[in-house]
Order: sequence, then C-alpha cells, then structure tokens
Amino acid sequence: MAEQKFQAGVKDYASSYWTPDYVPLDTDLLAVFKVVAQPGVPQKEAAAAVAAESSTGTWTTVWTDLLTDLDFYKGRAYRIEQVPGDDSAFFAFVAYPIELFEEGSVVNVLTSLVGNVFGFKALRSLRLEDIRFPLAYVKTCGGPPNGIQVERDRLGKYGRPLLGCTIKPKLGLSAKNYGRAVYECLRGGLDFTKDDENINSQPFMRWNHRFEFVMEAVHKATAETGEVKGHYLNVTASTPEEMYKRAEFAKSLGAPIIMHDFFTAGFTANTGLANWCRENGILLHIHRAMHAVVDRNPMHGIHFRVLTKCLRLSGGDHMHAGTVVGKLEGDRHATLGWVDLMREPFVPENRKRGIFFDQDWGSMPGLMPVASGGIHVWHMPALVAIFGDDSCLQFGGGTLGHPWGNAPGAHANRVALEACVEARNQGRAVEREGREILAEAARHSPELEIAMETWKEIKFEFDAVDPDPK
Amino acid sequence: MPNDAYGPTVPRGETFSYLPPMTPERLHQQIAYLIERGWNPAVEYSEPEKARSNFWYLWKLPLFGEKSVERVLAELDACRRAYPNHLVRLIGYDNFTQSQGTAFIVHRAGAR
Repeated sequence: MAEQKFQAGVKDYASSYWTPDYVPLDTDLLAVFKVVAQPGVPQKEAAAAVAAESSTGTWTTVWTDLLTDLDFYKGRAYRIEQVPGDDSAFFAFVAYPIELFEEGSVVNVLTSLVGNVFGFKALRSLRLEDIRFPLAYVKTCGGPPNGIQVERDRLGKYGRPLLGCTIKPKLGLSAKNYGRAVYECLRGGLDFTKDDENINSQPFMRWNHRFEFVMEAVHKATAETGEVKGHYLNVTASTPEEMYKRAEFAKSLGAPIIMHDFFTAGFTANTGLANWCRENGILLHIHRAMHAVVDRNPMHGIHFRVLTKCLRLSGGDHMHAGTVVGKLEGDRHATLGWVDLMREPFVPENRKRGIFFDQDWGSMPGLMPVASGGIHVWHMPALVAIFGDDSCLQFGGGTLGHPWGNAPGAHANRVALEACVEARNQGRAVEREGREILAEAARHSPELEIAMETWKEIKFEFDAVDPDPK
Repeated sequence: MPNDAYGPTVPRGETFSYLPPMTPERLHQQIAYLIERGWNPAVEYSEPEKARSNFWYLWKLPLFGEKSVERVLAELDACRRAYPNHLVRLIGYDNFTQSQGTAFIVHRAGAR
C-alpha cells in the first residue's frame, strides 16, 4: 500500500475516477449514462464526476478516505462515446466493483446508481441507459417466482400467446358487477382478466369483496370451458402487511395469479411479494404505473430497459412491455430489445436495439412480456409476429367494446389469435397477409366478423423486423 | 347476431379449439412446423372425463427425432382408431426450454 498524506481541499474528479486504461472485470457492474454537462465542464471530468458521485466520491477530500483503499472500491469511468446525432450529449461508461452492492438488492444498486448523482449541479441532464449486471450478482437475486416454463405447465397452454383483458370501467363498479364482467370474458375464451392498476380497495369496491366475486367467476369459467382461467388480483396496498394479507386471501380462494404495481409500491415491496409468490406457488403479474415519469424523457431519467432488468432480478412472471403497433419503427427495435431482456437466458450487445452490454441471466427464469393498451383484433397479426408465443396480449376495450358484449368479444379475439398462430406456423407472412388471415377466420366466426366491422381496419404494411421473434 | 351468442358456455380444449376441426391438410402443415422447429412429436390420449389431468396416457414414447410428417400422421390415426371415444392430442416437446413448444387436440371423442 502506497503511503498517502491527507490534503484537505477539492480535487478534480478526473484525477481519480477517469481510468481509460481500465479493463472491466467479469464481476464488475457496468453502467452507461447519457450525459449532458454544464457549459465549460470537460467530458472526462463530467464522466468521472458521475462515477464518483454514484460510488465512493464526495465533493471534497476527507481524512477518513485514507482509512480504506478507495482505489479498490471506487467506480471508474472507463469510456466515452459521442451520442449519434447529438453534439451536446455523450455516453459515459462506468464500472463498479461488485463489493459496492448488497447481494440480492436492486434497491441498493439503484440507490447508488440513480441516487444523488442525478441532482448533481455540474450536469445539465443525465440518463441511465443500460446496466450490465454481472452473473455473480444475478445469482444472488431471486428473480421471477415461477417463470415462463412453469407458468405454461401450470396453465397447460402451449404454442400460442396468452390472452387477457383489463376490466373496465376501471373505477366505480361494485364487486358483483365486476365479477360478472370477469366471468363473461373468461367463458368467452380469454385466459386471464386483470384488475386495473387503480383498483386497490376503494369505498365502491373493497378488496375482499372483489376477490370473492372474481374467484367465483374464475372457478365457474374454468369448470365450464375445461381450460385454466385466472384473474390478476391486485394486491398492491399502502403497507407491506396489508399487501401480504391480500395475497394470503387470494391464495385461500384458489387464485392462480396475483398482481402488483412494482414502481409505485417500490422494489422492496416487490421483491418481498415475489419471494412470497415463489414460496406459495402463485404467479405474479407486474404492472408498471409511474414508469413513464422516469423513462420517457430521452435526456434525463432511467431507460425502461434498466427498469426491466431490475424487475427481472426483483421478481415477476409477467410485465407490461408496450404494444409497438401504431408507434414509430424505433420503438419496435427498442421494444424487441427489452422483450429479449425479459425472456432470454443470454442477451448479446445490440446497439440497434439499445442494448449496450451482453447480459447473462444464468439460470434465472424469464418472464412474459404483456402487450396492453389500445389494441383490437386488427392488431392481432402484428402482435403475434412481434411478440411470439411467450407473451400475453391484453385487449381491454378490444374485448369489452364488442357490440354483443364481453363473451363474444373474447371469442372474437381468441379466434383471431388462433388463426394468426396457425397461419404463422404454415409459413405465411402474418403481418403482411393479416387482412386475408382474419377475413378467412371470420367466415367461421360471426363474433370476429362483427368485431372487424366495429373497429377500424389498420394498415398492414410492415415487413417483419425480426424473422423469428420467438 | 347468431342465436348462440348468449348460449351456454361451450367446453374447449386450449390451442386451436376455437378454429374449425383440423383437416388432414391443415394438420399436415402443423406437424411440419413442429418438426421444423426441432421439437419431438408425441401422441397422448385420454378419456374425456379425465382430460383435466396434466397426465394423459402415452400412445407410445415420444417419437424422438421423427422427421416424417406422414409417420406422425399415421401414429395419430392409429391412436384414434384404437381409442375412438377418447381425446387424442399432439405435443411438440421442446427439450431446450424443457417445455412443450406446442400441444393441441387433434381428435375429439366421438367426432369422426
């Protein structure tokens, strides 16, 4: 150990935290930030400041720095890249030693990486674009309580995406009327229905009343159709104690799946609930309210792919992923990127999809991406092509808005889904031939025919970006 | 609106059970897909009243490595002839995911 003397004062961050020769270790946690520095702050200094403020550094030297080996514990800014098409911003790559983080705690990782540094004055804006979690860290996390393979085996559903629907109106129904809407959807052909995220336990419908009526609907539809049915009972609550109470009651009623809002409730609550689900054999559907507050601004915040990785480590069996359809092509690439991060055991670096690092998930199970929001039967061909079999497609208005009601609406969606899957398996270009595929299926299904008349036809002009999105 | 739009719930059988029954040609295409994906075909059957169980009777051991659509069709047909009042399903075992890549009912009890 080199001899050091304490010198009070302020040092350049770059002198300690900019290490361009550093070769990251396999056990390092890597992060890439999109940085816009204040005028006059050199890029290397800004990158080093990010590394310092998100790891061991503070604004001044302190004598207790000399009681430890800060060179061992510090984060290191090891690379800078320009952001294509934006002169003001650059990417700063930072490596953190694994010793900085508590095992199995995405809470602790985020507290460092997106903590004080995001309010740092020398930066105009800062966005965490991606994290590489080292396999050694991944292995300390519980991950999805069940995973895709276990979910399929429990449900007995193979070779197709799952179908869901969020019950509407999302606020104001009584428990019994709500249960009626659930029953109609499930008996008509959906696999799942879902509590809207706003539904917790309001005066118009207390949680225990909802759970009882909904589970009667689930059990009856299961018995009648011969297919396993479920409803995502939202157990998100104001305290962990109340959350667990609701989860236990759902289990006592025979619910196969419950639901949680991971971001408003927080990662601590989510990780605890995922552990509970693993121990109790219950599937966990994850909603993502509040995500757009932090991931929508392209210059500041946290990219959704980082939230996706954190959620996979924290635990969940389903997670909302967007729908792609009707949006920009770039969204499609980015969505395919985070869909891979949800499902695959290993995801290689792919800048076109916004993935900056190889990510090895080891043996951690995958979770199903959920496509939900503003979709209807005409979107089915694109959704099947984009998301593949291991996904859950949720049609809220696209089921409940059917002119004959929920059961025929569910039936129409199921026919459309199975027709698209069959056509895909036959080698047909499902997106391009979507209109013909749906029209052929509608000849055997008046429910689908009227659904196609009700919702406006969309254009089928996409080429498949990913020839095998499964 | 068709008369049965509000009729009693119709029992179903998971994947493809909302489409018209498989014709030989359509079945041929699905078997070809299953084989092309590298999955192992398997045939199982069950009494309708026991169909809720995960575990149906094996017709034979899974047809590991079978690449002939015709031979898979012949096994399905043989199973159907031997057990005409049972349900017969085709599975594609995916040994990479340790799951089933697909599974669907090919023959419903009593149907021709």
